[in-house]
Amino acid sequence: MRRFVLRRLGYALISLFLLSLTIFLLVRVSGDPTVLLVEPGASRADMDALRAELGLDRPMVVQYVSFVRDVLRGDFGRSFYYRTPVLELYVSRLPNSLLLALTAMAFSLILGIPTGILAAVRVGGWWDSAGKVFALLGLSMPSFWTGLLMILFFSVYLGWLPSSGAGSVLHVLMPAFALGWYFAAAHMRLTRSSMLEVLGSEYVKLARLKGLPEALVIGKHAFKNALIPVLTLAGINLVLMINVAVVVETVFAWPGVGRLLYEGIAFRDFPVVQASVVLGGSMIVVVNVVVDILYAVIDPRIRYER
Amino acid sequence: MSVNAPASSRTAGVTLAWRWASYHSEGLPVIPILILLILGFLAIFAEFVAPHNPEVGTLSLRFRPPAWIAGGSSEYLLGTDHIGRDVLSRLIFGARVSMLVGFLAVLFAGFVGTVLGILAGYIGSWVDQVIMRLTDAWLALPALMFAIFLAAIVGPSEFNIVIILGLVYWTRYARVIRGEVLSLKERDFVRLAIVAGCSKWTIMRRHILPNVLNTAIVLATLMLGVVIVTEAALSFLGVGVPPPKPAWGLMLADGKKGLMAGYWWLTVFPGVCIVLMVLAANLLGDWLRVKLDPQLRQL
Repeated sequence: MRRFVLRRLGYALISLFLLSLTIFLLVRVSGDPTVLLVEPGASRADMDALRAELGLDRPMVVQYVSFVRDVLRGDFGRSFYYRTPVLELYVSRLPNSLLLALTAMAFSLILGIPTGILAAVRVGGWWDSAGKVFALLGLSMPSFWTGLLMILFFSVYLGWLPSSGAGSVLHVLMPAFALGWYFAAAHMRLTRSSMLEVLGSEYVKLARLKGLPEALVIGKHAFKNALIPVLTLAGINLVLMINVAVVVETVFAWPGVGRLLYEGIAFRDFPVVQASVVLGGSMIVVVNVVVDILYAVIDPRIRYER
Repeated sequence: MSVNAPASSRTAGVTLAWRWASYHSEGLPVIPILILLILGFLAIFAEFVAPHNPEVGTLSLRFRPPAWIAGGSSEYLLGTDHIGRDVLSRLIFGARVSMLVGFLAVLFAGFVGTVLGILAGYIGSWVDQVIMRLTDAWLALPALMFAIFLAAIVGPSEFNIVIILGLVYWTRYARVIRGEVLSLKERDFVRLAIVAGCSKWTIMRRHILPNVLNTAIVLATLMLGVVIVTEAALSFLGVGVPPPKPAWGLMLADGKKGLMAGYWWLTVFPGVCIVLMVLAANLLGDWLRVKLDPQLRQL
């Protein structure tokens, strides 16, 4: 077990190392980073001063080490636009992102799990085909278009829901649905296949053999086990949601970390863009490790693999 | 859900398409291919098909509704946008942008991913380690966010978008192709080639590559939808195709300006185009997967 955890942590460290190296190199390969770091319209002398201040005349290796050191300290520099440390900005937006992601997750599970189970119970039936169409549509509709259509319908025509901003329960509904819709399709697909697998297992056959009503077999015996992979995926997707919400947050002017990234791009606020990507990527690496380790704790077979 | 309620006829069409595709999985998926062919035709002959110049508008004719609504004219079938440009013409030229960017990006990603996948799978040892760890690190970044980051660095242009999408999405190919190569490597024809004295490069080029091409094609078709949505999202955010150009994502961003005033045609039509193209690519990809590559069926 310890060996497994250590190796997994080692891989995660390598991932983080490559992640930071990629971002570091890309910024430099694309040209002089001072162009990105300096505010638009700065003079030649300002740029030279900044270059010296950032130590861009030093060897690459030295530059990389200091970049990593700053990141580890949580020092991502100051936002040009807000003039506050980027990390503070990011952390202040995080609760909004979490609220949005959790609501979206609730929507996606409420939609995805029952439809997935129905599709599995009635394989090849009407529900199954309806589920397939639903999944296909969910995966083919860009979330921002879903959002725009919802604004059109619920805000402009019906006037029921506010079209942008945050602050009340009503504000979170539409962005959460637009974001959750895509994931609902993914959760439905997984619930279906996981349920099918469980329904074919020996203990479900036994439950049926001993004469349990079908509702109990599915509701009590199959459901719980079929849910494990779905909930694992949901855990990973929650972090993913925070990080792919950029477009939905932009549509609804939702003040989360995605919107921060968008503002970073719009205002040429490079430290904000860089920090969003580094932090978002790290979050995902960490969650993947935690999930892998939890899996190994639950299922000993995984520990001995390879 | 209610969003789709007014569009029930479209859903019914999709149901039909799906039925058709699943019952006739032996035959060609006609509807997806037809959609792609029509869009491809429009993309190639945009100059001749489009009734107006897509980049020039008449300000006095701004926000004209589609022809069948009071106030619309047959001159502008699908209405005009916020600076009086013809929506239909922009949609037609938009097909060109989406197709071009989509196909080139998928090809580029496929090329990088297939080459790296074959190298990792066949050579193994440290080459495999380096490539696969790089793939892991790459996969850790949410694709969209990574693409935005790259686009913010290099600035918007169609060429850059192709490169960016290729750089973001090669990992999917690399993973799958590597797995495929690992099993191909143990097959008799490869062993015989080794015995016959073929060099590693010859084996990879002549014996491995042709055998993973089917998988690569299936992946490419399935990736086409993802790539087109990502391009639309980037354009929507203003880091994709640069403004005067008619790209569907850009049209949605422009359409947002008239959204609160109820100018629905600026939001609905470009979105329908994106969904149609992505649906067609996904359906075709699903069919190809079953047809060309039995091993990928459970993917």
